[in-house]
Amino acid sequence: MAQTFLFDALREAIDEEMARDQTVMVMGEDVGQYGGSYKVTKDLYDKYGELRVLDTPIAENSFTGMGIGAAMTGLRPIIEGMNMGFLLLAFNQISNNAGMLRYTSGGNFKIPVVIRGPGGVGSQLGAEHSQRLEAYFQAVPGLKIVACSTPRNAKGLLKAAIRDDNPVLFFEHVLLYFNKEDLPDDEYILPLDKAEMVRTGKDVTILTYSRMRYHVMQAVASLEKKGYDPEVIDLISLKPIDYDTIGESIRKTHRVIIVEECMRTGGIAAEIIASINDRFFDELDGPVIRMSSQDIPTPYNKGLENLTIVQPAQIEETVEKIMQSRL
Amino acid sequence: MVQERPLPTFQASSPPVSKEQALTIYEDMVLGRYFEDKCAELYQRGKVKGFVHLYNGQEAVCSGVVKAMRSDDYVCSTYRDHVHALSAGVSARAVMAELFGKETGCSKGRGGSMHMFSKEHNMLGGFAFIGEGIPVALGAAFQSRYRRDAMGDANADQVTASFFGDGTTNNGQFFECLNMAALWKLPILFVVENNKWAIGMAHERAASQPEIYKKASVFGMPGYEVDGMDVMAVRAVAETAIARARAGEGPTLLECLTYRYRGHSVADPDELRSAEEKKFWRDRDPIKRFEAYLLEQALTSEADLKAVRDKITFVVEDALTFAEESPDPNPADLYKYIFAED
Ligand SMILES: Cc1ncc(C[n+]2csc(CCOP(=O)(O)OP(=O)(O)O)c2C)c(N)n1
Ligand SMILES: [Mg+2]
Repeated sequence: MAQTFLFDALREAIDEEMARDQTVMVMGEDVGQYGGSYKVTKDLYDKYGELRVLDTPIAENSFTGMGIGAAMTGLRPIIEGMNMGFLLLAFNQISNNAGMLRYTSGGNFKIPVVIRGPGGVGSQLGAEHSQRLEAYFQAVPGLKIVACSTPRNAKGLLKAAIRDDNPVLFFEHVLLYFNKEDLPDDEYILPLDKAEMVRTGKDVTILTYSRMRYHVMQAVASLEKKGYDPEVIDLISLKPIDYDTIGESIRKTHRVIIVEECMRTGGIAAEIIASINDRFFDELDGPVIRMSSQDIPTPYNKGLENLTIVQPAQIEETVEKIMQSRL
Repeated sequence: MVQERPLPTFQASSPPVSKEQALTIYEDMVLGRYFEDKCAELYQRGKVKGFVHLYNGQEAVCSGVVKAMRSDDYVCSTYRDHVHALSAGVSARAVMAELFGKETGCSKGRGGSMHMFSKEHNMLGGFAFIGEGIPVALGAAFQSRYRRDAMGDANADQVTASFFGDGTTNNGQFFECLNMAALWKLPILFVVENNKWAIGMAHERAASQPEIYKKASVFGMPGYEVDGMDVMAVRAVAETAIARARAGEGPTLLECLTYRYRGHSVADPDELRSAEEKKFWRDRDPIKRFEAYLLEQALTSEADLKAVRDKITFVVEDALTFAEESPDPNPADLYKYIFAED
């Protein structure tokens, strides 16, 4: 057992997989000599050399395409988006080739590539560096989308993503890299398609992911004191969504709140609500409530930024309101 | 020993500027330097947030180009944009207030350090992503040509300067825009501020042909290699390029060899650049060099220069007071500026 930062947990995952499998390599901007903008590849350049930890020019669409080509022909590249937002420049390769090529090739090729990096709203980083691409990418067929949230799940999920034969978009969060936790000494792998039960409860199901998990848990801490008993589920897999776990919870609580960091329009919650209506409508006691970021570019000003994303107090209030209306 | 790329030499037969012009350029450079020093201090004190990229060391490039342009010309920058905004005429108050996220900032506190905009000053941004400003600048240049040639406006001879770094020249948008600019003879200057590094990536590790100015020839446009620590050298090529653009003859690529004194951003540990390399460039400080030149040419006196420095010290302090005292945006305006009607 060792206290490990989230960025180090990711680093361990990459290191272990690179040691285990020679076809695993990393590419991206400043992943080598600089060690990665959030130190996820620190020292790996010295250990594995310049081809296995490849410093690329700032050419996102092309090096992402290159990673896909290498994956088609037998490598297992891990492509780092220095910030996931920069992968907007690689949208074409991610959509057309990572996502769709296996299908258009009629199953000729598989694309075992991991595209990972920091996303989310940080602290006053401005609109362009505060993007939540999971919502934009969720419509692309053929992609798996995962969002880690703790050092433990970060490591187990990244190892699974590297071993998976499909393209996996792997979201980290800028504000979670310095979260610390004891990690198991023995090797472990976590399933990519399973949600994580964060807290069992009976009153209401709160679905969340990535950093919003912590805003939810902050709210839950004070809700507990007031005698409420919410169930909290970290989605982990944003595509496909784990409806087994969600369904089980709904059958128990009959109420759902979704807390997400992406924007409201076209967000992850929008998709989940539609699917919950399809699958579990009869189990619901009321409409599913979504709490999302405002539909605006993230403002730089701190006050406006705080108003843009969901705050713990708002979650607390929403749960209380739901519970009161129930009585 | 660091093997530095030899800096091209520049010789002007007689001083190419008047005393007044010289002092304008000097003031602009000092403003850029003092403003950024203040930003660094304010960031350390937690007053300025986010990603902040400072311009120290590169002043000769911005002042050399922008001060050779007209006030109705266009300037387009990157995330390292405070000084381009200042040179373009945006007040120190408005730039500082933006860094404080205040309503009085040039982007109303919504943009922050990497998003300095001012329609009034034809300052087109302020772009956080690599390379995305180049096509935008190209659009402004297209607009000038369009007004002149499709709308018959003889006064539409505005020129656009697009500033960006060495690392950015490895991005497709750079090549795509060189092609279109040459193809349509657009009035634009591509000003590469080659400071040798893209965060932790040394330029020669990222570019198969590190001499960026040579890439112009493939597109049939002139490319110049310039000592970017010598404001007069930058100004001389800028004048040539501006004249060419204004005359409707098309674009020019300027590669200015320069150096950033500080880390990539204020958050960068800056561990990869050698002390020796830093010294090599600091010894060529563009402001000290220009001072020496002005005195040697007897264009100004030490008293003139000191008066400029004193004035700028005041301007920067005044900007800080203004920013501190300015109001935050009104929370009720969270959705303002999304659409044109707001
Ligand atoms: C599309 C995109 N990719 C990556 C980045 C991250 N990034 C910011 S600055 C930078 C280096 C740019 O270097 P250069 O063009 O030389 O400009 P300099 O910072 O040296 O002025 C990188 C990789 C970004 N902002 N946008
Ligand atoms: Mg550079």
